[in-house]
Amino acid sequence: MSFLIGKEMSAGYGGTDILHACTIGVEQGEIAVVVGPNGAGKSTAMKAVFGMLPLREGSVLMGDRDITHLKPQERVRNGMGFVPQNNNVFTSLTVQENLEMGAFIRRDDFSDTLTQVFDLFPVLKEKRSQAAGELSGGQRQQVAVGRALMTQPQVLMLDEPTAGVSPIVMDELFDRIIEIARSGIAILMVEQNAKQALSIADKGYVLVQGSNRYTDTGSALLANPNVRKAFLGG
Amino acid sequence: MSNFAIVPGLAYGSQLALGALGVTLVYGVLRFSNFAHGEIMSFGAMATILVTWALQARGINLGPLPTALLALPVGIAITIGLCLVTDRLVYRYYRQAKTQPVTYLIVSVGLMFLLGGLIRFIIGPNDQVFNDGTRFILKAGAFKAMTGLDQGLAIKTSQSITVVTAVIIVCVLFWFLNKTRAGKSMRAYSDNEDLALLSGINPERVVMVTWIITGALACIAGTLYGLDKSYKPFTFLQLLLPIFASAIVGGIGNPFGAIAGGFVIAFSELFVTFAYKKVLAYLLPSGFAPDGLVQLLSTDYKFSVSFMILVIVLLIKPTGLFSGRTL
Repeated sequence: MSFLIGKEMSAGYGGTDILHACTIGVEQGEIAVVVGPNGAGKSTAMKAVFGMLPLREGSVLMGDRDITHLKPQERVRNGMGFVPQNNNVFTSLTVQENLEMGAFIRRDDFSDTLTQVFDLFPVLKEKRSQAAGELSGGQRQQVAVGRALMTQPQVLMLDEPTAGVSPIVMDELFDRIIEIARSGIAILMVEQNAKQALSIADKGYVLVQGSNRYTDTGSALLANPNVRKAFLGG
Repeated sequence: MSNFAIVPGLAYGSQLALGALGVTLVYGVLRFSNFAHGEIMSFGAMATILVTWALQARGINLGPLPTALLALPVGIAITIGLCLVTDRLVYRYYRQAKTQPVTYLIVSVGLMFLLGGLIRFIIGPNDQVFNDGTRFILKAGAFKAMTGLDQGLAIKTSQSITVVTAVIIVCVLFWFLNKTRAGKSMRAYSDNEDLALLSGINPERVVMVTWIITGALACIAGTLYGLDKSYKPFTFLQLLLPIFASAIVGGIGNPFGAIAGGFVIAFSELFVTFAYKKVLAYLLPSGFAPDGLVQLLSTDYKFSVSFMILVIVLLIKPTGLFSGRTL
């Protein structure tokens, strides 16, 4: 039983279901990666877990609590952080203001968390008073992840954190994500770069057409010839 | 020249800037053009006038300053109340229904007529002069004596109050938007609504704060305009055009732009309709002084100036001088 789990989720936009009894979950301190071809419902599954899409069937559990009916904002308050794929920073606000907005729900002193985020992403400290919209793609992603970390979540959900960044930056982002996981946060992410993502994943989910096709540890999936052939390009 | 163009221009520009700031804030946060803004200004001015009369009737005044300044806080409170009530009764319904901006716009036009009618019902359609206190802070004769120049400079009390108030209000507004938690959350909401929700920013609260600021700005702008000229309910309908022109010229949604736009429109209006007779009489050799007023356009064309600038800006730089969409 995972710490955060979306169990047997069926959901979709309008009348038709996109997810069919799809299950994804993650343990504390571990990285779970959702991969699959385009249109497999990866992002939809994330939205379903975060409550941005109502479930027709199934449930979402965190700890031992049923959070199926909580709104996304309430899930944030309950220790979930979400980094959307697009528009994930406030472009007209400075880097520091972005992080402060991340901590909006916190009424206590969050300067410690701010320091932690700056330690994790030193480049943000350098550019703290620059507008986030002026940063490069990789730096923006760091702002986005940093913003989500400001609430000190127990679970961090990332929707394609490396979309549109160069391979070097991607490696660095993955390193940071591993570092975040080591601090005890559960990380659930969707990735296009399936090979690299699975290589750092404790658990991997291969989704096809909205249902689970393969579920195993990251390394086992990488070694699985069927997965390699169908999804990882041999 | 400074007498009849620069000083009034500064005052008029400040009034437009304050009005345009309100329009821009509503646009930035609620994402619609609030056509009722002129009438909200009018309503604010009316509330202030009513309180001023009540104060005057009790013999309370501020000496050289107009009594209206004392009444202004009450007027602001009433206007904020109006904004919050209209939001609760009208706009909230459309917000929850996630209506198109066009619908909002038409709704605000409806509200504009409703408020306009209400105002005329309460205070009547006539001119109201409520400016007491000293009329001039610097009289033409005194200026001549002071500087030894042979042309006078007169500054009306209302003009200086307008400029000073506008400067203070703008400083406070920018401090609020850039330094306070609520102000930053407003900018964040205006920048990216979905992400603001994910960050736990309560949209209803942001909207409420926006209306409070808008109400205050509108009441101040309306009162200052009324003090400077005179209060007449119908003028606020006409004022809507230069206000929107200011907001759009500066880049709607951008507070800096609203201020810049306000002054651009104000000075253009004044310089185009300014009577250059005296200036030319000075510059040209004696005897060549023109007979007419030498206006580029008659003052009746004042409003066409806003229109022209608006059209030119929209043709050349549709996003406005300071391209903006967010606060």
